[in-house]
Amino acid sequence: MLNPLFWLQAITLAFSQIWANKSRAFLTALGIIVGVASTTAVIAALTGLKSKVLSEFESVGASKFFVFPDRPDNAPRNMYPWEKILLKTAEVKAIRDECTLVKAVTPITEVGLDVESGDKRIEGITVSGIWPDWHEVQNRFVQEGRPFSQIDVDSERQVCLINEDAIRELDLPANPVGEAVLLGGRRFMVVGIVETTQARFFGMNTSSAEIFIPFSVAEKMQERNFFMRIEGLFASPETAQEGEDEVRFVLRRMRGLTPGEPQTFQVAAIDRFIEQFKALAAGITAIAGGIVGISLLVGGIGIMNIMLVSVSERTREIGLRKAVGATPMAILMQFLLEAVTLCLVGGFIGIAFGRLAAFGLTRIPGAQLDQADIPFWAVVLSFAFSALTGIVFGMFPAIKASRLDPIEALRHE
Amino acid sequence: MAEPNSAAGDRPLIQVVGLTKIYRVGVETIHALRGLDLTIGRNEMVAIMGSSGSGKSTLMNMLGCLDRPTSGAYMLNGRDVSRMGAKELAQVRNEEIGFVFQSFELLPRQTALENVELPLIYAQGGWRGRRQRALAALDRVGLAKRVDHRPNQLSGGQRQRVAIARAILNKPSILLADEPTGNLDSATTAEILSLFRQIHGEGQTVVIVTHEDEVAAHCQRVVRLRDGRVLSDLPIEQDIAGRHLPAVHAAASAAGKGGA
Repeated sequence: MLNPLFWLQAITLAFSQIWANKSRAFLTALGIIVGVASTTAVIAALTGLKSKVLSEFESVGASKFFVFPDRPDNAPRNMYPWEKILLKTAEVKAIRDECTLVKAVTPITEVGLDVESGDKRIEGITVSGIWPDWHEVQNRFVQEGRPFSQIDVDSERQVCLINEDAIRELDLPANPVGEAVLLGGRRFMVVGIVETTQARFFGMNTSSAEIFIPFSVAEKMQERNFFMRIEGLFASPETAQEGEDEVRFVLRRMRGLTPGEPQTFQVAAIDRFIEQFKALAAGITAIAGGIVGISLLVGGIGIMNIMLVSVSERTREIGLRKAVGATPMAILMQFLLEAVTLCLVGGFIGIAFGRLAAFGLTRIPGAQLDQADIPFWAVVLSFAFSALTGIVFGMFPAIKASRLDPIEALRHE
Repeated sequence: MAEPNSAAGDRPLIQVVGLTKIYRVGVETIHALRGLDLTIGRNEMVAIMGSSGSGKSTLMNMLGCLDRPTSGAYMLNGRDVSRMGAKELAQVRNEEIGFVFQSFELLPRQTALENVELPLIYAQGGWRGRRQRALAALDRVGLAKRVDHRPNQLSGGQRQRVAIARAILNKPSILLADEPTGNLDSATTAEILSLFRQIHGEGQTVVIVTHEDEVAAHCQRVVRLRDGRVLSDLPIEQDIAGRHLPAVHAAASAAGKGGA
C-alpha cells in the first residue's frame, strides 16, 4: 500500500514540522509533558516507597506471624477482663507442640528493670524474656558468645544476651561475654552479643539498649497477670493462611471457645500486611493513572487544536500532494503520524522531567524515598498513552485533511 | 505504466464524450460544462483557451482527474476514469498526469530534489532509484546544478522548471499546465515555453490551459471554449489566421521552425 519512502518522508516531515515551529510545538505538548512528568514522578515515589516498605517487611520475614490478646468488638468490658484474655505460657507451648505448620515460635514479655554493672547504674531498661526460637523468628543471631539454649530456659539460668548499645551505656568491655550484670538486683552472666541490625518496622524499635533473658526467668520476675505477645514463623509463606487457621484452632481449643463465640485474641501474618499494602499501593497508582488520564485529555485537546491549525495552514500543500497522487489514506496517515510524533516527543520530555523529579525525591532527607525510580513499565506505558493521545486527538484533524477536495485546497489562499 | 499504454493500442490518448459538470453553489446551479466532446492524440501539444466562465478550469480539473463529471465519459489511455473513486483517481494522477501550476506549488522547506521526488512518495512501488530519476528530471529542465536549493533560493523561472521536472518525473501520459507562465515575465515565459516545446519534442503529450494568445501560439492546436462547449478546435495556423496579432504570428512561426 503505502511504500517505505512514504513512511520515511512522513516521519522526517513530522520532525521537521516540530522543529520549524519549536515554541508552538513545545506549548502544545506542554499538557502532555506536565501530565507524563507528574505521573512518572508519582509512580517513581510510590515504587520507591513500596520497595522500601516491602524490603522492611521482607527483613521481618514474609512468613512471620504475631499473636496478641484482643477483646471482641462491641463486647462489654466486664465480660472479657484482661486477666481472662491475656496469653498464657501454656498456650505458647501448645502452639509449639501442636501446630505442624509453625516452624518457630517464641513468647515475648517485657520487664522494666534497673541495670547495674560495676559503678554504672541505669534505671528502667526494657528487658525481654524470650525462648531460643527468638533468634530464628527475629532473624537476629549472636555475634559473640552463644545464643540461648533450651537448657537456659528449662533450668531458669541467670544468663542474658545484650546488644552493642547496652554495652556502651553500661561501660562494659568490648567483649563482655562472661561479665556479670545486675538486673533488678539479681546477678546475670552475659553469654552473647545480639546483632544490632534490627528489623526496623516503620521506624519502631529504634535501636537502643536491649537485654534479653530466658522467658522462664522473666516469668518469675513479672507480676501475676503479665502481658506477653507471641511471635512465630510459618514453615513457608505459601502455607501462611493454613498456618494461621491452625494457630487459631489450637488457641480456641485452649480457651474453650465454642464455635460462634467471638475470638479473644488476634493472629496476624505479615503476609497479610504485605497484601494489604500492595493493594493500597495499587490503589494510589490507579489514582495517579486517573490524574494522568485527565492531563492527557487536556493535553490532547491542545494537540487537536494545533493539528487543526496545521491542516488549515497547509491546505495548499495538501492540495498539491493530492494532485501528485496522495490518496486520502496517505494524507490521513501523514497528519496522524505528525500528531503522534508531537505527543511522543512530549512524552519523552515528560519522562525526562519525571526522572529529574524522581532524582530530586531521592535527595529529600528523611522522606524514605531514596529508592524512588521510574520502573520500565511506567516508561513504556507513558509512551503508549502519549501515542494513544496522538492517535485519538490527531484523528479528527487528519480525517479533515484527508477529505479536503484537491481543487478547493489548491485554490485556498 | 506499460500496461495502460499497451492496452490503449491505437485509441486516442484522451477521449471525452458528452462531458457535463453541474455545480450547486447555494441555491444557484452552475452548468460549467454542457456536453463537451474532445479528443487528444498521443504526443500532441494542445492549448485550451477561453474567457473566465467558459469552463476551461473545470475541463482542466476533469482532464487532470481532480474532479469527476456529472455525466459523460472520459477515457484516459483506454480507461474510463470518470467513475473512479478517490483512491483510484489518486493513483491515476500519480501515474498518468503531471501538473504544472501558475504559482508553482513547491514545498518551501524542501530542496529542489526533494520537491521533484514528491510523486514517488505516493507511487505504487517503483520508488527505488528515485534519486537518479529525480536528478535526471532536473537535468532535463536544465537545473542539474540547483538540486540542493530551496524554492526561496531560486528565481521564478527556476521554480517553474523544478515544478516541470516534478511533473515529468513519472513519465506521465499528459503534462497538464494551468497558466504556467502567468506569474513570469516575458523573457522567462519564452524560456519556459521553449522548455515545454523541447519536452513535447521528446514525445510528451502537453496540454496547456491559458488565456494568452502568445502562449497558445507555441502549441500545435488550439481548443477554444465558450459556455461549457467547444467553440473552435483548429490547428494553430488556422486559429490565428482569422486574427491580426503580429506578435502571435511571429511566435507561431518561431514555433513552427523549432517545434515538431
